[in-house]
This record gives sequence, C-alpha cells and structure tokens, in this order.
Amino acid sequence: MLVALTQLLFCQLVGEVIARAFDLAIPGPVIGMSLLLVVLLYRQSIPENLESTAEGILSHLSLLFVPAGVGVVAHLSVLGNEWQAIIGSLIGSTAITVLVTGWVLQRLHRGVSDDS
Amino acid sequence: MTPDFGQVWVYLSASPLTALTITLVAYLVGDWLYQKSGRMPILNPVLIAVVLITVGITMTGIDYWTYFEGAQFVHFLLGPATVALAIPVARLLKTMRKGFGAIAISLIIGSATAAISAVFIAEILQASEKTVLSLAPKSVTTPIAMGIAERIGGLPSLTAVCVIMTGIIGAMIGPYVLNAARITSWDARGFAMGVAAHGIGTARAIQINKNAGAFASLAIGLNGLATATLIPILFTLWQWWTTP
Repeated sequence: MLVALTQLLFCQLVGEVIARAFDLAIPGPVIGMSLLLVVLLYRQSIPENLESTAEGILSHLSLLFVPAGVGVVAHLSVLGNEWQAIIGSLIGSTAITVLVTGWVLQRLHRGVSDDS
Repeated sequence: MTPDFGQVWVYLSASPLTALTITLVAYLVGDWLYQKSGRMPILNPVLIAVVLITVGITMTGIDYWTYFEGAQFVHFLLGPATVALAIPVARLLKTMRKGFGAIAISLIIGSATAAISAVFIAEILQASEKTVLSLAPKSVTTPIAMGIAERIGGLPSLTAVCVIMTGIIGAMIGPYVLNAARITSWDARGFAMGVAAHGIGTARAIQINKNAGAFASLAIGLNGLATATLIPILFTLWQWWTTP
C-alpha cells in the first residue's frame, strides 16, 4: 500500500511539475493520471497492490469532496442576487447533459463491456 | 481540581484534529442515512455531511478557514485520487476492442451540451454576462473549470462554487433522469454521470457498478480535456456571432 501510495503521489508530482513548467491549463493530477495510464497500458498487467490501493481511495471518493462542499456554503454569497438563475441553470443543464450523453452513448454502443 | 473546559475548547477549536474528526463523522452519518434509505440518490452523503458540518461550525463559531486547516488533509487526497482514476480506465481500455468512436462522439456532444445548455438557460433566466460565462465550464473538475472561466472572462470563484453544486445536483438527480429515459447500459450511465457531474457523479458510479465506474472515470479525464478545448472555440464563435 505504501509503495502504491508513493507511486500515485509521484505521478501527481511529475504532473504538477509539467503543468507549471509549461504553464498548462490542465491541472497536475490530470496530467499525472494520463502518465500513469500510459505506463499501465504499456505494461502487461496492473500491479495488484496499486489496484487495491486505488480501489480503496476511490471507494471513498465522495468523502474527499466534503471540505470543498463546506467551502461552497461559506462562499454562497458569490451567487449574489442571481442565485435563482444560477441554480435553475445548474439543475436544467445537468439533467439535459446526463440525458443527452447517456442516450447518445447507449444508441451508438450497446455496452461492449456489459456483455464481456 | 475541576477541569478547565475553556482551555480544552481553545485547543479543540484550533486543532486540525477536531476538523478532521468532524468531517469523517459527518460523512459517516451521511453515508449511513444514504445506505439506510436503500441508496436513494436524493440523500446524497456529501450534501448531508456538508449541511451537518456547516450547521456545526456556525453554531460553535468556528470560521471556515480554521475548519479547512484540519479538513485540508482530506481535501489533499483529491489529487492522488484523481491519479488513481487511471487504474479503472486502464483496466477498461485493456479489455475494450471496439466502441472508441462511440465514446468520442458522445464525449464531444456531451461536453458541448453541458456548456451550451448552461449558458442558454442562464440567458433565459436573465443572468448577467459574467455569471453566464462563469457557468459555462461547470461540468469539469474544479481546477480546469476555474482556468477556463478565467480565460473567457468569468469569475473563477463563482465557477468553483458552481462546479461543486453541479456534482451534487448530478449525483442527486442523474440516476432518476437515466431511469426515466430508460438508459439501462451501465457503460452509458457511468459515462453520462462522469461527463455531466465530474468526480461527485463518478463517486456514486464507482460504488454501484465496476463498468459504470470505469466509464465514469474515463469520462472525467476526457471531458476535462474536451471542455478545455471546446469552450474557448465556442466562446470565440459566440462573440463573432453576437458582435456585428
């Protein structure tokens, strides 16, 4: 687990360095994820300890958003007097996006991994 | 000797230990309620935890930054967790032999739909231009969204708030929308949640089904890149269209 955690942090660190050095709009962790993905695809198999550590972290992914969520409540004033328009837009747009994206993918591709 | 509760309180209210414990306890309560309800999406554990913590720190007079000093240890793990998304994606891509075109098309349509529908609805509801621009990148992870907002002239701080709200809204209403539209494929459900509601939407998908989780993880990574490319192009077209 310690090795796997180190590998994850190392990928993030390299990602942060690349993002800053080249002044990219893409955040460091996303670059780190892409790097790890390339390495994993190149290798024959995914190391078991990396897989179990990732599963452990990702199974509690919701928890990691809680501090930022509390921050949202603390900063609700940025919504100002336009909060109705903002919330209306967020609810409407999110529902439409889920619907359209899910419908298009289901239409074009009837679950290759569903039947595998 | 009587214990000095004043001293104890001074220690507790300033120590990261308190904020960290509060965060975990509030989340466990939220998750317990969610599981008890038979996983009703409306009872989103993040939302419950956020409400409990906000009420708690408001009542005890702890300000947000003091809270965050402790909670940042949890927040920090978002970075390695994002990197860890590579593992379900790698597992998926190793077994997948077809469907790459379908994913690319759904991604571009989904990414454009998220931005255009947000702008369109905000325009109808007569939001100011700055607000409209801040809403456009709301479906991707916070740092990417803030970067885009800054580039097109929105308010990054408003965008950050909208991103988190979008995640929670998506996790709460997404499954109902997918059921109503009879979208039953786990691949499509996961992908739709990832495109529309980034990490918070994905968190649910990962718990429910392995394929849905992998497709959702794939969607977050790809949508970050797609939206960062697409919104500046759409924005340029929109400016070109509206200014004679």
